[in-house]
Amino acid sequence: MNNLFLIVLGAMLVNNFVLSQFLGICPFLGVSKKLGSAVGMSLAVTFVMLMATAVTWPIQTFVLDPNDLGYLQTIVFILVIASLVQLVEIVLKRFVPPLHKSLGIYLPLITTNCAVLGVTILNIDEGYDFVSSMANSLGAGLGFLIAMVMFAGVRERLETADIPEGLRGIPSTLIAAALVSLSFFGFQGLFGL
Amino acid sequence: MGKYKESFTKGIVKENPVLRLVLGTCPTLAVSTTVIGGLGMGVAATFVLVCSNIVISLLRKLIPSMVRLPAYIVVIAGFTTIVQMLLKAFVPSIDQILGIYLPLIVVNCIILGRAEAYAGKHSVGLSALDGLGMGVGFTAALVLMSAIREFFGSGTLAGWPENGMFPAIAVFAAPAGGFFVFGLLIWATNKLSAKFDKEFTPKTSFDCSACPHAASCEKMTMGGGCDE
Repeated sequence: MNNLFLIVLGAMLVNNFVLSQFLGICPFLGVSKKLGSAVGMSLAVTFVMLMATAVTWPIQTFVLDPNDLGYLQTIVFILVIASLVQLVEIVLKRFVPPLHKSLGIYLPLITTNCAVLGVTILNIDEGYDFVSSMANSLGAGLGFLIAMVMFAGVRERLETADIPEGLRGIPSTLIAAALVSLSFFGFQGLFGL
Repeated sequence: MGKYKESFTKGIVKENPVLRLVLGTCPTLAVSTTVIGGLGMGVAATFVLVCSNIVISLLRKLIPSMVRLPAYIVVIAGFTTIVQMLLKAFVPSIDQILGIYLPLIVVNCIILGRAEAYAGKHSVGLSALDGLGMGVGFTAALVLMSAIREFFGSGTLAGWPENGMFPAIAVFAAPAGGFFVFGLLIWATNKLSAKFDKEFTPKTSFDCSACPHAASCEKMTMGGGCDE
């Protein structure tokens, strides 16, 4: 139990996916202008991460490894994630339209989100068992949420700030991201991770 | 001949995927701590980009447009696996440096973006040149950025001299330094572009213009981009 807690906190703060490992930068920069869409995107990512791990971990352990097919990992994982995302979208659209309206629209973008494929591969590389893998995915998703929400707050302030002309837009956004990332630097070495 | 030259050169400066279109940001930030890593990632991604552009262009009349994105992803994943195997077999040191980011070439939005925007609509020759040009542009931007980060962050260039030329400024090698140097590079690119190209308008936000999902994105058809 203690160990699982450490895995969640480690993935969330110490090895934050966005700010320390550079996974999922596109949505971090692209969908963080408004708090509402930042939260929606992060929740969709967390959900897909958990689903993807729940499917890819058994595939790797019970299908690929026993048959010596480890080299197919990349192809199999991306296909599983892509079809899973499609499936989730169809199910949401049919049965829970309100949820589809708030989260579903982000789903197509998540197929090629490197954070999702990244977490499934990292779980295998780290040699986690099923429960630890799920904990790691949950931590990664929550870490993504924290980074997005913090950054959305910073960007709302940036909108009204007086910035030198050349730095307006993308450069100032990236420099703001550097400062947010610097704050997460403080978690390095916490819990001996 | 002109269009062949154009399809190759546009990726290097005019539509540089990293500095102008701001695509492929994850690998750009992650592997640019050393010149060797940046160069390795650039070459690996260029290989996948050229090969997948050729194959997708050959198959462009066979792939039904409804399922084109999954089909493109399968082609790209195949070539990514080939690169992984080649690097593991012949240059394991680069494989070590790139780590998780090597299989993640498959979700590099430059590659899917070029498949969707170019290779699916143009002939094989043009698509190959387009992929090569974009790959060279990506590699050049990565090497430039990693040279800056390695020089200040460890005091070396491509690992030379071994003990560093001066005391390193560690923050440049840290994640925060990646964002910072990337921001300054885009600022410098915008400044230089405006000086040499009268028609240049800098990209001001992370809009849908270069996103490979733009055509199939519901958010887009409902009006506005991700943020609206």
